[in-house]
Amino acid sequence: MFEQTDPNQIQLTHDGELKHFITTEGLSREILTDILDRADSFVDMSAKQVKKVPLLRGKTVVNLFFEASTRTLSTFELAAKRLSADVLNLNISTSSTKKGETLKDTLMTLHAMHSDMFVVRHSSSGAAHFIAEHVTPDVAVINAGDGRHAHPTQAMLDMLTIRQAKGAFEPLSVAIVGDILHSRVARSQIHALRTLGVSEIRVIAPNTLLPRDIESLGVKVFTNMQEGIKDVDVVMMLRLQKERMTSALLPSESEFYKLYGLTMDKLALAKPDAVVMHPGPINRGVEIASSVADGDRSLILDQVTNGIAVRMAVMSMAMSGQTKERSELTEAGEE
Amino acid sequence: MNILIQGGRIIDPASEMDAVGDLYIQNGKIAGINTMPQGFTADQTIDASGQVVCPGLIDICAHAREPGPSQKGSINSESAAAVAGGVTTMITPPTTSPVVDSAAVAELIKDRCEEAGRMTIRPMGAMTKGLEGEQLAPMAGLASSGCIAFTNARKPIANSLVLLRCLEYAATHDLLVIFQAQDTALAEGGCMHDGSVCTRLGLNGIPEAAEAIEVARCLLLVEQTGVKAHFGQLSCERSVRMIADARERGLPVTADVAIQNLLMTDENVNGFHSEFHLIPPLRSQLDRAGLIQGVISGAIQAICSDHQPHERAAKEAPFADTEPGMIGLQTLLPLSLLLVKQNMLELPQLVEKLTLAPARILGLNAGTLTIGSDADICIFDPEAEWLLTSKNNYSRGQNTPFMEYPLQGKTTYTLHRGEVVYTA
Repeated sequence: MFEQTDPNQIQLTHDGELKHFITTEGLSREILTDILDRADSFVDMSAKQVKKVPLLRGKTVVNLFFEASTRTLSTFELAAKRLSADVLNLNISTSSTKKGETLKDTLMTLHAMHSDMFVVRHSSSGAAHFIAEHVTPDVAVINAGDGRHAHPTQAMLDMLTIRQAKGAFEPLSVAIVGDILHSRVARSQIHALRTLGVSEIRVIAPNTLLPRDIESLGVKVFTNMQEGIKDVDVVMMLRLQKERMTSALLPSESEFYKLYGLTMDKLALAKPDAVVMHPGPINRGVEIASSVADGDRSLILDQVTNGIAVRMAVMSMAMSGQTKERSELTEAGEE
Repeated sequence: MNILIQGGRIIDPASEMDAVGDLYIQNGKIAGINTMPQGFTADQTIDASGQVVCPGLIDICAHAREPGPSQKGSINSESAAAVAGGVTTMITPPTTSPVVDSAAVAELIKDRCEEAGRMTIRPMGAMTKGLEGEQLAPMAGLASSGCIAFTNARKPIANSLVLLRCLEYAATHDLLVIFQAQDTALAEGGCMHDGSVCTRLGLNGIPEAAEAIEVARCLLLVEQTGVKAHFGQLSCERSVRMIADARERGLPVTADVAIQNLLMTDENVNGFHSEFHLIPPLRSQLDRAGLIQGVISGAIQAICSDHQPHERAAKEAPFADTEPGMIGLQTLLPLSLLLVKQNMLELPQLVEKLTLAPARILGLNAGTLTIGSDADICIFDPEAEWLLTSKNNYSRGQNTPFMEYPLQGKTTYTLHRGEVVYTA
């Protein structure tokens, strides 16, 4: 009926450079690798005395958080500041939307203030797409999490952490464990892992926490944790929201922990050098045992460090693509 | 006013006529086909050569939004869109504001329709007061105020005892009930078909079981009560199968489907475009195939637009936050003609599904060119190519994925009770 175009192409300039960062889906291995390489260089830099680079000097970055978050917001803020940008943090959930202002109105107002980049977190899937496509295509949009759809910077910091620990992606078998149904992190991880070429992606969860046809994303489904975790190289745990207990998805935290919680016993079934990751904040004794979270196979704190570097990388890349396209448009307009 | 429609391909499913000829209209009625009535002199002659002359379309489900939010539409604006699409009768759901659960609201719709003076609008009445699923609405009284059928719309009556009583009461008065089947709990918070696209986009899904389970429940009670029942806007294959089975067993049930569900699938939602946010949702390729099969086999008798105009802002938000529905009165005919183009139906069969079949379901004396019946007529050029644009769109809503989409088949004249109410 309608010509199907890849909707994820809206994040690229016509030269194929990043100008928004909305999802890991549909991006080439080259772009994902470029993000990781750049992030690596920022990791090195952050360890030095002078932590700032002037890549976003004179640019205004607005952190638009329609959903409460402290961790993601603060790493985005730090990342923008280390790139020398002017940063404005807006916690919208408590201001204008309660007064009945639409998302579009809010964005248009900020656009009129000549913002150069929006970092957006929103509870609706597709919010970042909507903004980049229909509201402010000339402002770089970085998705900091939209509903259950995508959380691409989280996925890329996970990829960076895996690469640092394991080197190459190709030989790896990776298990993602827990609440896949509600997880934007899991979806973004799956797309990134596939594109980067891991040999196997497994998802491990009870049927109540698996979305319909998840296999269509190229994963193998396990409902038994012992079977699913066997011989994997990387275990990526997901956070389990407490409210899942009250919505008839799970009987109790203790039963979930018993069946799907990552304990030393279960981890022993993975490869001897398997590493453990978690996007945080962790629920000790619900999805992961303290002994595992704090153990020597845990990369949870490396993930946090890498979070700033990855965000600096995508912000600088998207701003550069956006600026290039804008100046080309201006030139074309003058001709 | 005497009108002669000359040289058109006359398709009248009631008499199985499909031939080039002349149609004579006198005093608002069909007065003759190929035989000039005595003493007839035409005040107007319409040259219909190369065009199809058929009964005016009967749209079994279209929202006019009145009474209700006027930024979305009014009887005046939406009836203008209807006649531009060749639709001369439309049936409007009771989900107005206030709901059609009192004679006053039904009368208001009738008055506004007469004021607009272009077409026939017959409202569906509410089955329960306020569509709340608790107390019976005064169905017999509403019927005498013009309500043609009764439904609880997409707010299924949760309490099966209340539902049973509604059906018993409707059966007592020989009233038609319409189900727009969707289980509330299974559809809760959902905005698209629950399948792989939904999983990828991270949206809340509406499983096809949400419809099928309600169809099954309603069918059991239809069987028990013997009420005449119609299922509106089916979206999934399992519903079609159940309804086909019920018809085979002799139950008095019929069904329709919205043209968009015959043409598109959940794949179209890819990209979060809010024009594809529809309830019932666009479903899988398998469901679409099942619906088409149902239309071909006759398990589904009628095709409708499920026209739902919205103001711009209602569609300008992230997908799940937008309001569902698309406009469709002006695109019903050209989109339906695609079924003929794709060799799924012959043109007379399609005309039947847009005219006579809905009339029969509703018990309306319309949808035919029989001599002596009201001259509700649609003349269209099946080959004409055109685009729906904000300029030629009469609906107050612009919300359709088919805006600026190349369409083939265009209404050139619409007549209602012998008066020309639309000329292209």
